[in-house]
Amino acid sequence: MRVPFSWLQDFVKIDISIEEIARRLTMAGLEVEEVQYVGLPLPSGKTEGRAGGHSGPETKTTGLAWEPDKIVVGSILEVMSHPNADRLVLCRLDDGEQEHTLVTGAPNLFPFKDKGALSHPLKVAYAREGARIFDGHSTGQELTTLKRAEIRGVESYSMACSEKELGISDDHEGVILLDEDAPTGTPLVDYMGDAVFDIAVKPNTARVASILGVARELAALTGAKLKEPSYNVTSKGSPIETLVEIEIQEPELNPRFVLGYIEGIATGPSPYWMQRRLTLAGMRPINCIVDATNYVMLEIGEPLHAFDYDALASRTEGAKPKIITRLPESGESLTTLDGEQRQLDDFTVLVCDTAGPLSIAGVIGGAETEVGEQTKRVLLEGAAWDFINIRRTLSAQRIDSEASYRFSRGVHPAMADRAVRRALELMRSLTGGTVAQGLIDAYPLPPKDPVVEITPEDVQRWLGIDLKPKEMAEILRRLQFEVETKGNTVHARTPDHRLDIGEGNVGKADLMEEIARQYGYDRIPETLITDELPPLYGNPDLVLEERVRDLLVSLGLQEVITYRLTSIQREARHLPPASPRDDKPYVHLANPITSDRVVMRHSLLASVLEIVERNAHVRDRIALFEIGPVFLGSEEGALPDEVLKLVIALTGPRALPTWQDTDEGRMDFFDLKGILVELLKDLHLENIRFEPHEHPSFHPGKCARVMIADKHVGYLGEIHPLVRENYDLPETPLMAADMNLQTILAGVPERYDLAQVPTFPPVLEDLAIVVEEELRAQEVEDQIRSAGGSMLVDVRLFDLYRGDQIGAGKKSLAYALTYQAPDRTLTDEEVAKVRGRIIKHLEKKLKSKLRS
Amino acid sequence: MLDRLDRIEKDAARALIAAKDEAALQGWKTKFLGRSSELGEIFDGLRELPKEERRAVGKRVNEVKTSLESAHQARLQELHHDSMMQSLREERLDVTLPGRPIPRGRIHPANQTLRQILAIWADMGFQVYRSRDVETDEYNFGLLNMPPHHPARDMWDTFFTNEPGIVLRTHTSPGQIHVMRERAPEPVRVVLPGMCYRYEQITARAEIQFNQVEGLAVGRAITLADLKGTLINFARRFFGQGVRTRFRADHFPFTEPSAEMDIECFVCSGQGCSICKHTGWLEILGCGMVHPTVLANGGYDPEKYSGFAFGMGPERITMLKHRIEDIRHFWANDLRFLEQF
Repeated sequence: MRVPFSWLQDFVKIDISIEEIARRLTMAGLEVEEVQYVGLPLPSGKTEGRAGGHSGPETKTTGLAWEPDKIVVGSILEVMSHPNADRLVLCRLDDGEQEHTLVTGAPNLFPFKDKGALSHPLKVAYAREGARIFDGHSTGQELTTLKRAEIRGVESYSMACSEKELGISDDHEGVILLDEDAPTGTPLVDYMGDAVFDIAVKPNTARVASILGVARELAALTGAKLKEPSYNVTSKGSPIETLVEIEIQEPELNPRFVLGYIEGIATGPSPYWMQRRLTLAGMRPINCIVDATNYVMLEIGEPLHAFDYDALASRTEGAKPKIITRLPESGESLTTLDGEQRQLDDFTVLVCDTAGPLSIAGVIGGAETEVGEQTKRVLLEGAAWDFINIRRTLSAQRIDSEASYRFSRGVHPAMADRAVRRALELMRSLTGGTVAQGLIDAYPLPPKDPVVEITPEDVQRWLGIDLKPKEMAEILRRLQFEVETKGNTVHARTPDHRLDIGEGNVGKADLMEEIARQYGYDRIPETLITDELPPLYGNPDLVLEERVRDLLVSLGLQEVITYRLTSIQREARHLPPASPRDDKPYVHLANPITSDRVVMRHSLLASVLEIVERNAHVRDRIALFEIGPVFLGSEEGALPDEVLKLVIALTGPRALPTWQDTDEGRMDFFDLKGILVELLKDLHLENIRFEPHEHPSFHPGKCARVMIADKHVGYLGEIHPLVRENYDLPETPLMAADMNLQTILAGVPERYDLAQVPTFPPVLEDLAIVVEEELRAQEVEDQIRSAGGSMLVDVRLFDLYRGDQIGAGKKSLAYALTYQAPDRTLTDEEVAKVRGRIIKHLEKKLKSKLRS
Repeated sequence: MLDRLDRIEKDAARALIAAKDEAALQGWKTKFLGRSSELGEIFDGLRELPKEERRAVGKRVNEVKTSLESAHQARLQELHHDSMMQSLREERLDVTLPGRPIPRGRIHPANQTLRQILAIWADMGFQVYRSRDVETDEYNFGLLNMPPHHPARDMWDTFFTNEPGIVLRTHTSPGQIHVMRERAPEPVRVVLPGMCYRYEQITARAEIQFNQVEGLAVGRAITLADLKGTLINFARRFFGQGVRTRFRADHFPFTEPSAEMDIECFVCSGQGCSICKHTGWLEILGCGMVHPTVLANGGYDPEKYSGFAFGMGPERITMLKHRIEDIRHFWANDLRFLEQF
């Protein structure tokens, strides 16, 4: 919300600098995001008298300072034709010191052309030669200095400024025409120099979504006195009861409805002071009636709505209009000010008359009864609406307005009549109309302003500071609470401009916040918790997960973190075209923001393959892993199963390229298997088996499933060429493992025993056997181990050979065997005996032959 | 005879200098010290010399022999040394050639920061508590003091699912309710890390998913002053002992009072720059005293218990620390980005 400094000064006397105001508001929760200087001098950088020693600006600062000797109020005495140009005029201008001739093309001066000396001179913002202003013709704000020039044969050295040139708005349509009473020759900065605070209004602080609200905070923060606006209205018309009546059907949703009436108005433009304030506050001036309603809304926070009374009267064919607030009848619709025909939900509150809907309550007006140039009589609405229902209406109608911005945050019903009075009086003074006597005020459900009781003990318990009841009462009084102190207890009645204070416990917490804000968060001491320590609960799953992360990193893999949102099509790329999907339901977004992020993923492999694809043009060698959940919809519950997975991907050369001789080999199945075995061993898992398996994502001959005891924990293999072709990837083999980390980690033993470190030397021996090609290495190793017994402590395959020497359909496997006993050095005889046993066992079980 | 020995000694010394390698030295040794060398001849002929001459010559022969032998030994060592120096010279490397690159892995930067944050909180007695990504509306909003249609919900742009009442969590705060309900009435001190989701256009400054770390302390005597002290200690550990902090009032529906903790911008030292939006301060975390309604929803009587909560974003902090301009780098996982951490 944009708050002009000059407007604040209507309500509070301020004796601190603009920067200090910004700082205090920010600290108290009214975050000033920017201060825009509109004429007033910008801060030189440093502000005095502030604790903390922070020397920075604290608030973003923009804008333009108007030089007092260069930019002054000027008075155009006469507007004349330019001798050589139809689109330009000459002006005779008095700047308080002497007369000047200006050349300008401002269209709003043309109506005064060649009318002789003006009986009412036009007051303008006059910039003398050398003045620094914004360039009116460039987009954005660019500083320029006024220089002497010749325009179509007439010398020009000064000008009358537009709003854009002075940094008031983007408007460069014409020059500013100041109000008639502007004193000629006065520095413009003294006349209307200003600064605008841009404040982020939090959802609970509707009370500060107004100039008065900010002034009230500022008064409380600085100890200054708040000067409330006057709500008196001069009414000389007929009693309003003769003109209109009202019926509220849903008091819960519409606790109050106030109507006022003015006639004999003219809808001309409002005076410049009002236009300028509206502009600085971010609203466009329209006409004095609409401007007055907006002005009051900005000023005290209550949105108003003006109806053209004659339009209402014509709907009822001259009968006394009756305003009805109600829920829609089925099928009812309304064409709103923005030209939209709106379908209404059953919770949309409408302001209607007997002929039908007039506006969506608190949100947007209808087109038919809008105030326009012809309007002579105005019916003015000030009402209160249930803020939750307004917010619901906003999201259903997808609409936003200054009024609904405030109503959806909660505006106290007590503001309704004040705003109507204030606006009627403004309209009267601006247009000279006549105000009907009295207001129609239907107030079926006045809110109960909570009374909250707090004690110094509460303050100590919540805030950790010691305050006396007197100090607490003083703080709350500054915020306009009605306070009564009985002994140690402070009873505080919530003022009737705010709805954000609850009752009971909640109210206490709300008051704690008010006390802390006013006391100053920076004055709250810094202590450490002295409370009882909680019992400790371990996090074995997180500890193990982090261990896996560290281990994979130590094995040379880069961790990635990918989007958990994907699309079904995008994810299907990890399977060959036309493969069936898994049968689990997806979690679908109801409101996706992009078409490729619409479901929660089922496959972590698909996520990681996308990252391989992304990096394939950057790196030859890629070694990645991700640990993260997949989201498998369950048939029963509404919430999906979130299953923790681990995916590893490897591709490219085993070694990084270097100027020396390099291992040229590409990473293959066994590189990946090596990593997995290392991981599972590190977790002290036993009974790990890799079984040949087929999975659509993988090469049918280069895929295994991993079993731990009887649990299937994942797959690894070379990615199927048909899958690889789904991605923009080179034809290099790509290895991947897709593991259920949750199942793996669930099986990790809490403790494990160490093997003894041997004290007697081992006996090392090689054993090469020839077997049928189909026989799996695992089987051979298992048989060797089972025949070798406890003396055989290690079996390591060191050569695999196929070729002429052993004949087709056969392979030779050569093992390094280690024999050892814990209690003695083994003799040659003992070892020979075991070896003989192994060879015999293999011959019998595997039909193997010893290779000589 | 003695003259002859003098000459031999002189000749040998001269020849020794000329012996430039071990083979030449061997030749020298044979020539001057060998059996058939001149010295050997003199030695063999000693017996035939007159007695009075024999004594003097004998002494001199031994002298010369000893001198030649030690000269040989010295020369031999010298040649050994020379040849070793020679081969060392030949083995000389260009040490400016690049080292052999070793493939290595790294933790993702978001997790690196997460780990640092969690480690500091662990030191302060806050243990990790994790909860699910896909949550009920009730846990994400309702129990956190945001009933249906409450305007405060507008602070979170939410992804809804096709399942009514199920959303992607917009913050890790639902974990506050989970952990309180699990542990009430025990005191609680936990940090809640996790991935959160927001319905937002993906831009350089905004992502649809991001990590968050929240903290929660609940007990019988926990105050706003404790919150301040605890968070300032965290900031000093994380950003350096000299870091300057500022607490200002803010609003969150689930805390009351609420605050924002800023730290002085470390890029411009508080002078104002584009990183700190020209304020000199960086918003680091939101915090506050747990709202009585939230305490009650967690199973704690707000008359007897109080607590504080806070939340921060590891990616945002990582961005500030390393001046990363575009948040999209985190999930794009370009190795040229990841490998810099």
